[in-house]
Amino acid sequence: MSSAAPATLTPTANGVAPVRQPLTRKSLAADHPTWCPGCGDFAVLASFQRTLEKLQYPQENIVLFAGIGCSSRFPYFVNTHGGHFIHGRALPIAAGVSLSRDDLHVFVFGGDGDGFSIGGNHLVHTARKNVRITYIIMDNFVYGLTKKQTSPTSPVGFKTKTDPTGVLDQPINPMRALISSGATFVARSHASQVTHMTEMMERAARHDGFSVVEILSECVEFYPGAFDAANPRKNGAFKLIEEKKHDGSPEDAQRHDPTDEVAAFHLATLPWPGVFGVFYEANRPTKNRLEADLIARSREKTAGKSELQILQSTFARLR
Amino acid sequence: MVSPNFITVSDGDAAPAGQPRSIQDVVIRLAGNSQDGIQTIGGFLARLAGRSDQDVMTYMTIPSTISGGPSIFQVRMGTGDILSAGDRADVLVAFYQHSYEDHIESLRPGGVLLYDNDHVKPNPEDKRFTAIGVPVTSRTIEAVGGAAKDKGKNIFVLGLLARIFQLDVAKLTGLVRERFGGRTEDVVRNALLAFDAGYGYPADNLRDCFFRFEAVQRVSTRPQVTMDGNQALAYGLIAAGVRYGAAYPITPWSTIMEMLRAELPKYGGIFVQAEDELAAVSYALGAAYAGHLAVTGSSGPGLSLKMEALSWAVMAEMPLIVVNVQRGGPSTGLPTSVEQSDLLQGIFGSHGDTPRVVLAPKNVEDCFYIALEAGRIARQYSTPVLILTDQSLATRIEAFDEPDLAGLMVTAKPDLAERGADFKPYPLDRLTRHAPPGTRIASGKFPNVTGLEHDEDGHPSGNPAMHAKMTARRREKIKALGAELALPEVHGDREGEVLLVGWGSTWGPVREAVEHLRQSGRRAGQMHLRHLHPLPSGLDRIFARYRDVFVVEMNDEGLYGFGQLAMLLRARYANPAIRGINKTDGLTFKVSEIVDGVTRHPARNELRVTIPSFSR
Ligand SMILES: Cc1ncc(C[n+]2csc(CCOP(=O)(O)OP(=O)(O)O)c2C)c(N)n1
Ligand code: SF4
Ligand SMILES: [Mg+2]
Repeated sequence: MSSAAPATLTPTANGVAPVRQPLTRKSLAADHPTWCPGCGDFAVLASFQRTLEKLQYPQENIVLFAGIGCSSRFPYFVNTHGGHFIHGRALPIAAGVSLSRDDLHVFVFGGDGDGFSIGGNHLVHTARKNVRITYIIMDNFVYGLTKKQTSPTSPVGFKTKTDPTGVLDQPINPMRALISSGATFVARSHASQVTHMTEMMERAARHDGFSVVEILSECVEFYPGAFDAANPRKNGAFKLIEEKKHDGSPEDAQRHDPTDEVAAFHLATLPWPGVFGVFYEANRPTKNRLEADLIARSREKTAGKSELQILQSTFARLR
Repeated sequence: MVSPNFITVSDGDAAPAGQPRSIQDVVIRLAGNSQDGIQTIGGFLARLAGRSDQDVMTYMTIPSTISGGPSIFQVRMGTGDILSAGDRADVLVAFYQHSYEDHIESLRPGGVLLYDNDHVKPNPEDKRFTAIGVPVTSRTIEAVGGAAKDKGKNIFVLGLLARIFQLDVAKLTGLVRERFGGRTEDVVRNALLAFDAGYGYPADNLRDCFFRFEAVQRVSTRPQVTMDGNQALAYGLIAAGVRYGAAYPITPWSTIMEMLRAELPKYGGIFVQAEDELAAVSYALGAAYAGHLAVTGSSGPGLSLKMEALSWAVMAEMPLIVVNVQRGGPSTGLPTSVEQSDLLQGIFGSHGDTPRVVLAPKNVEDCFYIALEAGRIARQYSTPVLILTDQSLATRIEAFDEPDLAGLMVTAKPDLAERGADFKPYPLDRLTRHAPPGTRIASGKFPNVTGLEHDEDGHPSGNPAMHAKMTARRREKIKALGAELALPEVHGDREGEVLLVGWGSTWGPVREAVEHLRQSGRRAGQMHLRHLHPLPSGLDRIFARYRDVFVVEMNDEGLYGFGQLAMLLRARYANPAIRGINKTDGLTFKVSEIVDGVTRHPARNELRVTIPSFSR
């Protein structure tokens, strides 16, 4: 894999020892978001920029991709390389970027419709393959961009334009779906909790594998108050998952072990509004690693030959 | 060369008894069941021909059932240019009664029927052929014996054919050893036993049926390579610098992805089997965005699934190679037959105004070169390029001059050089040159690639004037490619009565048809289009030199009476001389069908055809 040129650098007068400028909120700011005032996605954006400030990756090596939806406009609002793809397919294009360029940090943003409905199959397979990507889902339980149709996370009874008498179909359970698909980092947060969101995003980004954070992000336009039950400022309860500290204390026995898949399922099935934090975290070789190993093994066999020589010897066998 | 010119066995003027007769080329059809390994014999013969500096072309039908079932392999080999797999066989090898019954009509009168008399009872009344019965099954069992049963019948027949056609035994057994070498010693030994048994079958029983290929000096000094079209395309992609790709399996595309999956890691690349075709094109676009030349591919239905992302690729101006191995449609249609019915899907299949490049290889060798050209165009114009090949090219084996790989091979890495402060991903006055991620931009502002209409900087723009400008920009760059293309050469008469226009795998049969027409006194020419969109400019000057222009295509005449390319050419040139010769039986064109199509075309009022009418 070709490695990139050094990061955002300020060349010094004599051209040596360039100094990297730290990533700041200012250097990360791009277009002003087009979201409705009060939309939960603003807070997600702020948390993400804060996360990047913490991670301090070389700016040119950060890549953001998204599908289509209000939330999917995200890449325009962060000053990094990135792209705005088609509805539901951001994961496979991002996987193509991730697998073909090991030097990049690849993030995907999108909504509940984009991720769980039209892109549902890609979610399952990108998780199963454990491609090195961090995926932030802004779940507002509704189709925002297309103005209030039923989403795969809309609760039964919620009145939308496509279910004017109330949603009939059982919604998807994102945590359960992600865990069972094989995602190796699965977390949940709430757009009113900037510190928690930032912490989840940072852990997701540092995870070596397919990491997902579902963030309940209110659509003030079409589903106001959807997440009040988990918002302390609206008299709700933001209940955190307490993770095991492995300190041998009696309390620790009650705490959640994120490597325990069954326990994670249990948390995922708690009644609304459920709990927040890291549900599941596992170490499994990424597809990036496995493919790199495959390349290494294949190259052993072609011992030192140039690309031209490899193709020439193939043709010699076809004479 | 025009088929068939095999010397008839019953001809009195043939060589004296016992002497081999001299021939230029021969069409052998092997008919049996798919598990008998008749593809293997065909493959051996094809590779032998390649190694003997003979030209060769094969034609294979595979049953769409998973295993078993009737199967044929037709190989035409000879000295000189072989353009088609042959309309009719000179030799039919029938393994079973059903093989005999289904294929005897494909044997030309005077030809040789070679049949396994353990299984086949030919009609004794049928005196059209020289029938030679050989106990293929029992002799094979005798020779190999043991648990192998009649496995090896194919190699026995190969030995028989080697004897009849005076083939190079050392080279053939060498190929057998290479082919089975990876397996146990037993397998190689059994194969050679079967071969020897066939080769040593008592000569008197073959009724003096021996032939020798005329020695013709080949012009080229390069060695020949023998492969099928999908192989040529896969290696062409590698030579073009493709290192990343993704696809979903579908016949007849699958073998390309299988090869790339096995080969690309050797070159440091990755080929992903994606969850579906839309995911596959998306993966490939990810690699393209990341700065690589990438490929995705499929066959008809899979291409339909990719269409949404291909529109994005046009809008975002991503270089990408897309392969579509056409098969019979619509829907699952005839998945193992050939058709050229995806042309309009290829050119126009997406939503929106999506000008797109479409190329088609003319033969197996061209599958290699078209991949290189697709790569060059995709890079230069930062655009998706679709290669339309088809089932017959995919599975057909041909021998061709080994390409000059050292001169052709492209190895490119993503260009991550810092871009200046004036960098724009979509400049109105220049071609797009994306800055892949990892690239620093002097302005400190990083670009987005996008499917929303955008301005020069890649910012979403709903400005009506901007959409008009950007639409024109995407159109004009493809027109610029059209202006750069050379006019296709005309083969045969450069003016006259009939111009035959073809595209894709019909090149060989059309060329032979032109020779037939000229030999029968007509002034006829062939123009073959490798660039279907954009068309090279100036075709109208060629059309104007002929009275009739027939577009030969394996697709339907459609509601308005014109095949897909004919419709495009009519729309482009509004020339009433343009008509079509079409067929939709899932088989490649026979030379005679094209000749008949010209001489009896309804538009020439030389034949009244009755067409069933559905109107009341
Ligand atoms: C192929 C396709 N189908 C449908 C649409 C229309 N569409 C755009 S966004 C969207 C749903 C958005 O909902 P969600 O993903 O939840 O994002 P949100 O706007 O709520 O953030 C739909 C149906 C489209 N752009 N493309
Ligand atoms: S419609 Fe809803 S989701 Fe979209 S920007 Fe407005 S508040 Fe946010
Ligand atoms: Mg939504």
